[in-house]
Amino acid sequence: MVPESYYVALSAVLFTMGVLGVLIRRNPLVIFMSIELMLNAANLALVAFGQRHGTIEGQALVFFVLCVAAAEVAVGLAIIVTIFRLRRRLSVDELSTLRG
Amino acid sequence: MSLFTFAVLALLAVGSAAGMLLRRNPIHGALFLAINLSTVAALFLTMRAEFLAAVQIIIYAGAIAVLFVFAIMVLIPGKEETGPDPLRRQRWLAVPVVAVFLILVALVLRSAVLAGPPKPPLPGGTDAVGRVLFTDYLFPFEVTSVLLLAAIVGVMALTKRRA
Repeated sequence: MVPESYYVALSAVLFTMGVLGVLIRRNPLVIFMSIELMLNAANLALVAFGQRHGTIEGQALVFFVLCVAAAEVAVGLAIIVTIFRLRRRLSVDELSTLRG
Repeated sequence: MSLFTFAVLALLAVGSAAGMLLRRNPIHGALFLAINLSTVAALFLTMRAEFLAAVQIIIYAGAIAVLFVFAIMVLIPGKEETGPDPLRRQRWLAVPVVAVFLILVALVLRSAVLAGPPKPPLPGGTDAVGRVLFTDYLFPFEVTSVLLLAAIVGVMALTKRRA
């Protein structure tokens, strides 16, 4: 059996790569994918900790994180599509105003 | 053997995440993301979380990755990341952030919480998750349906073309 700390370490690495993606990329779609990467890394850590402590609550929590992630992606992509319709450009450097 | 499986899956996960970060074309990024999410589903399987592995494939690798691909095809953002970067100095912020997270990894690997003898394995996978979702977590479970309904209505209101 692989120790749970390996899973937690892998989760930290994946989370770091998600943060890196948010910091270095300028396409809002790729930034969104990086956010998904971070949520996913958190899920991995939750399952590992649940496994370590012998409880099922970790997995139940992951289920709720999945639901929130699905809602977040749907709304976020809708916002990005709407912004693109208004501006015809897609770069976070230019999206600095809240007005449409 | 299980360590070998974990090593292969971990390499795949980190490699696909790196591919997502480094490819300029967002459609390649979306496909790398799908690989990454499927790998994490396999990692869930190695931890005997069968229900979550199935949900991960259906929702993440199925619905969310496909939604990303659709959005990219609607938008067709071709050459948006060319030209000079106005926030070039800000890139160096990535270095301390990475350093902090590597320290975090080191702390996790040496932490006392995860040391010591492991607990006995969980009684049942899907059965136990379903039981806990519909007893202890019944109220959050119902709130989730309201959240998803709000998301559906919000998306339709946002993307509706005004005549």
